[in-house]
Amino acid sequence: MSHNSTLKHAEAAAQFINDEPRTNWHDETLWFVRQKRDKAAHGLPEWEQLREWASQIKNHTLSNLDNYLKEFESKAQDNGVIVHWAADAEEHNKIIYDIIAHHKIKKIVKSKSMLTEECGLNEFLHTKGIETVDTDLGERIVQFRNEPPSHIVLPAIHLKKQDVSDTFHEHLNTEKGNNDPQYLTEAARQHLREKFIESELAITGVNFAVAETGGFVVCTNEGNADMGAHAAKIHIACMGFEKMIPKAEHLSVFLRLLARSATGQPITTYSSHFHKPREGQEMHIVIVDNGRSRQLGRADFRNSLKCIRCAACFNTCPVYRRSGGHSYHTAVAGPIGSILNPNIDMRANADLPFASTLCGSCSNVCPVKIDIHDQLWKWRQVLVAEGYVDTTKKVGLKGMAFLLARPGLYRFAGKMGRGIMRFFPWIVNNKLNPWYKQREMPAPPKQSFRDWYLQNKKQ
Amino acid sequence: MSARETILKNITANKPELVELPSIDLNAVIQYNDLVQQYKTVLQSIGGGTVELQDLSSLKQELESRKANGDFVVNRIAALGEVSDSLVSLTADELAAVDTAYLQGTVAVAENGAIWLYESQMENRLLPFICQHLVIVVERRNIVPTMHHAYKQIESAKEGFGVFLAGPSKTADIEQSLVIGAHGARSLIVYIIG
Amino acid sequence: MNVGLFIPCYIDQFYPNVGIATLQLLEKLGCKVGFPLNQTCCGQPMANSGFASLSKSCDKNFVSNFRGFDYIVGPSGSCVLHLKEHLHDEQHPGEAEHIRKHVYELTEFLVDVLKVEKLNASFPYKVGLHNSCHGQRGLHLSSMSERNLPAFSKPQQLLSMVKGLELKMPSRPDECCGFGGTFCVFEEAVSVKMGKDRIADHANNDVQYITGGDTSCLMHLEGILKRNGSKVKTIHIAEILNSNA
Repeated sequence: MSHNSTLKHAEAAAQFINDEPRTNWHDETLWFVRQKRDKAAHGLPEWEQLREWASQIKNHTLSNLDNYLKEFESKAQDNGVIVHWAADAEEHNKIIYDIIAHHKIKKIVKSKSMLTEECGLNEFLHTKGIETVDTDLGERIVQFRNEPPSHIVLPAIHLKKQDVSDTFHEHLNTEKGNNDPQYLTEAARQHLREKFIESELAITGVNFAVAETGGFVVCTNEGNADMGAHAAKIHIACMGFEKMIPKAEHLSVFLRLLARSATGQPITTYSSHFHKPREGQEMHIVIVDNGRSRQLGRADFRNSLKCIRCAACFNTCPVYRRSGGHSYHTAVAGPIGSILNPNIDMRANADLPFASTLCGSCSNVCPVKIDIHDQLWKWRQVLVAEGYVDTTKKVGLKGMAFLLARPGLYRFAGKMGRGIMRFFPWIVNNKLNPWYKQREMPAPPKQSFRDWYLQNKKQ
Repeated sequence: MSARETILKNITANKPELVELPSIDLNAVIQYNDLVQQYKTVLQSIGGGTVELQDLSSLKQELESRKANGDFVVNRIAALGEVSDSLVSLTADELAAVDTAYLQGTVAVAENGAIWLYESQMENRLLPFICQHLVIVVERRNIVPTMHHAYKQIESAKEGFGVFLAGPSKTADIEQSLVIGAHGARSLIVYIIG
Repeated sequence: MNVGLFIPCYIDQFYPNVGIATLQLLEKLGCKVGFPLNQTCCGQPMANSGFASLSKSCDKNFVSNFRGFDYIVGPSGSCVLHLKEHLHDEQHPGEAEHIRKHVYELTEFLVDVLKVEKLNASFPYKVGLHNSCHGQRGLHLSSMSERNLPAFSKPQQLLSMVKGLELKMPSRPDECCGFGGTFCVFEEAVSVKMGKDRIADHANNDVQYITGGDTSCLMHLEGILKRNGSKVKTIHIAEILNSNA
């Protein structure tokens, strides 16, 4: 499901905030998830050490990634898995479609994979007449509603149970008005069990790919990835190549960090380790680039490839909580999205690194120590240098730079500005001044500090 | 050039300078005074139940009476009685009717309530996910503190499939209300033996 | 030791009392304080908006004003952090480096360099503390709620020396106020919403004042408070620490 990419973050956020009670609810819900994460993190005395290990394992992996990918491919092939490589989203979608078409399959099930969202797989398959059923409950809900997920771990976090009730009433014939989560989940369970049983092909994501064994791990709470993969004749696992880790023993570090960072749970219900197809099954892995190798070459931004998609940064971000995932108009929203997406399309995503106050909370919660807020600052420099910034802003800031380099001019402008504010406040206190929309301007003093200093202190 | 060659070439050209892997020091990780108590507390908090037994006799009786009752139960634990070994041939549709599956767990992890299951212990990969209720038996001496210890004790890549399974399935996707029993099992009881 | 007083541009123009309090406080504590008369700005507004390349002349001006001091102290965490991380002068790299290594935010200067243990200050009011982000997460003025590390707070340490002050922490002790530089106008809706939420959090504690180390945050919160007719006032921590017994 693609995004309405015409609205930039600031406008989309303003629309979101228009419904203030709902914004408060969205903010409090996600803050609660952040608090659960804190409880889990503070419960492990070695938490900061774990983050450091995870960060170093990922740093090492990125520095030897080509070799690990070759090792992974070779081991996976020895295990009877068919390995494909896709340079971009189009190739990824084509590879998957070709497998589906080859087997003359019309209906497939898919568990959560942000990569497939990134590649627009569902829409592509739809144009080819293939029914794709998203089996993660949150994803199924947004799929029924024809909207994209708003959060990479909690896809329907922007919806209230009443919304889900209405959607299920429309698509699953549940009782109108019954919004009991237990009742609704049971309805989804029955509905999706049918889909699992009848589907011949299942697509899953990959949380971690292990070079040493050629295997990969898929983590879910619902069990939907396994229900799909173990019932289907064909299992396709899609991964961005940065999901690689060197050895099986490293899974201990990442599995201890992932769920705690994402939802505050000590581990997801299922951490499934796939190595070989089962007897009679075909297993495929699609390894995808789609701009990742270019990001790898950006010294300032390559650390963003360490991401394990936990969304802790989303939950802590005061801007995300008050603007909602859809306002980021991309598959991966939030702070991490704002440092990944400009690499994919700089023009379309030039607004994202500015959707932040650079408060730094994201970097603190990141389990793999990505310097997210520093990268946001650096992306701003790149985007301005490439010319992707509003003219108004450019003119304003060039003016500011001119002024602030010239002490005499700065003082003159300051005195003039304060004078205008004191004697002609209406020039500044009006609708054209965005500050003034919901805030009073600071009171303009007669003297600047420097004026006072000269009068009182300078000998 | 194929996609594979292009991608690998780009990675080789763009990767940073080699840095070392860290060494993981097990002395730095959490220790528990009472492993079994920790395991029980955590499993309970994630929706599972535990029962401590000296031996399997009472569980054996329970299994037999359930079979006698006509419940569709599947047993994969040799010490509990006859082991179903034709599961591989069952379709998903048939397996969906399984009420309770009895499985042997390899190692249990105190920090998060998880249990490792090898494919050979379940015989059919779908079984632990599709059954309505799960019973797993694990030996007391096989409860370890953390995932680091667990991975040392198992060979995670030995078989075609394996899973760390922690509690019954669940979701909080509907307005963050926790519902136990999403797609996988609705309940999990772990019997700690010894 | 001779201390160069750095007064951020918006404090110079709009909140001179913060500068006055800072100067008086440093002198009370025994510092010889000089105020370079041609200072303007640290360059942060341009740099955070992506125009770091334009701030070279502004940086040069800063270096030429502040070279030669043992320490440079300013009542602003965000400005000081920016200087520490980004101040450069191609013609005088050594001087720029010296400044980067010797520039301090006020509370960290008082705690780490002057090692202040008591203050002759009195402020008998209920006060909420706002932990400004750049000072806290960038300069480590206090521990952070996200990290699993020992708790400490330089601002709180100093406020505990003030007679009569009743300190109340908000329930979200270090959530951002929403100012964020040019963010405050280019993402106005989110900015104000964040500010309103901070104010509501402090209001739950019935505070009379909200204080912090960054006038930018306080200016933004004050703007919202005044627009809504609130009796709550904002005050910079320098003014509290400098208040008379």
